[in-house]
Amino acid sequence: MRTRLHQSLLCLGTMLTAFPLASLAQQTQADFNARMGMESHIGNVTGHAKNAQYDYRRYCVGCHGERGDGMGENAPWIDPKPRDFQLGIFKCRSTPTGTLPTDQDLSDTIARGLDRSNMPQWNIFTIQQKADLVAWVKHFSPRWVNEKPGTPIEIPTEPEVTPERIKDGREVFARVQCWKCHGVTGEANGPSASTLQDDLGRPIAAYNFTDGSRPKCGSSDQDIYRIFMTGLDGTPMPSFADNIKPDEAWDLVFYLRALMSQPSKEKAMAKQLGLKPVDPNAPAGQQ
Amino acid sequence: MKRMHKFAVGFAAVLLVCCAVLLLNQKVNAAAEGKITGTVKLDGTPPHMKGLDMSKDPYCVKANANDAPKMENVVVGSAGALENVVLYISEGLSGAALTQPATAVPVFDQKNCRYTPHVLAMDVGETFKVTTSDQTAHNIHPNPNPMTGNIPWNQSQPPGAPPIEKKWKAPEMIEVKCNIHPWMHGWFAVVKGPYATTDASGNYTINNVPPGNYTVTAWQETYGTQTQKVTVAAGAPAKADFTFKAK
Repeated sequence: MRTRLHQSLLCLGTMLTAFPLASLAQQTQADFNARMGMESHIGNVTGHAKNAQYDYRRYCVGCHGERGDGMGENAPWIDPKPRDFQLGIFKCRSTPTGTLPTDQDLSDTIARGLDRSNMPQWNIFTIQQKADLVAWVKHFSPRWVNEKPGTPIEIPTEPEVTPERIKDGREVFARVQCWKCHGVTGEANGPSASTLQDDLGRPIAAYNFTDGSRPKCGSSDQDIYRIFMTGLDGTPMPSFADNIKPDEAWDLVFYLRALMSQPSKEKAMAKQLGLKPVDPNAPAGQQ
Repeated sequence: MKRMHKFAVGFAAVLLVCCAVLLLNQKVNAAAEGKITGTVKLDGTPPHMKGLDMSKDPYCVKANANDAPKMENVVVGSAGALENVVLYISEGLSGAALTQPATAVPVFDQKNCRYTPHVLAMDVGETFKVTTSDQTAHNIHPNPNPMTGNIPWNQSQPPGAPPIEKKWKAPEMIEVKCNIHPWMHGWFAVVKGPYATTDASGNYTINNVPPGNYTVTAWQETYGTQTQKVTVAAGAPAKADFTFKAK
């Protein structure tokens, strides 16, 4: 009887100590499996991480590195630096600041490239290849196992542009003080422009609206709306979602168009209105 | 009949266990009044704190016209009193003591182009507020390590903007910056369980500590951490003084 009790106690003891260990091992294995089996869903295309390994080695590894940490062999020579996929922080998102982007966002970035960086437009890829690469990009960060992407912000239908809206947009530009970095004329020469740093402490330039370059996260009206409402995570560009109402946001988009050097309806209207750059010293609401 | 008996005994046992749990719970609640207090000092000459050049923003210059703003990495009062030191329990907390009773919401205000307080301590999962009292635009840009589970975010607060409410998932000392005003630099000190921050006289009190043996950690942004073992008894606050050496 005694020995039996002993035996069962011993058995229980072993189970109690072994069980947590086993479950821990299982968890890391599960984590690994989850990451290798990472999928992406873009429209009705499903991407599989494993299928992107060849393309990644062929086209991406030079800059983004074997481990996706942005330390590829070309990385020391280029600026802005390649993205570190392990952190899971991305500039171009349709989701609020502090959340993961959607698969569509990542695929769009691959297709669009990032203007004024070494990331080209990858037009050579099929939709399937892009979907597979998105899954592979996601497999580098544990965030994609533990978190879900944010909910994309809602962008209302674009209203008709009017001179009134451009004027209102100029008020928004002054009120939320875009000029602090981007400058009153949009030439990226605001008082704070020269000291801007990214999250890793590297110097970074504000976007210059007047030099003919494209915004990094897309140049359609919807893209520009999205940029200032979600912010560019990892950079000094914050989200203005709490401080600009959807209707005002469209006004601001129109005013930013008017600042850009490319010819546009908005630019013509602003010229006709004789709009001057905002005055940083004017009292609130008296531009 | 025998069955009935068995049932009665079982019922009595369940009742007893319930009573015991209730009693024990009460004990924990009553004990929640335990405290850890003390003073944190700096030994030696305080390091020179550089002045802040706010000339980029005339509003900030004007707001600080009456005093010369300095960096706040080490803030020393009279007799070496060290301000902005975060104290928390790093070992010994369990169960009920980990869940803090709701207190006032910690507030991180942007005032005169500075962070008030310079170091804001909070519990994991506790809601805190970021407010602005300034007539100039700020952006609040905490930069935690995403591997801990805390995700960086970056939000604007132009003049008159509503407060931002947030919380953090994991214990971490998180640096906060404003990209518009590069001299603005503060901390979110996220810890598990009860915490305190030293005042201008270097004094602190950690409230709501149940009796027991603990390790208290003092964290200062420049000098790092120090620990001490303390025993908290009911009605008798434990004392733990810390001294950091000036480098």
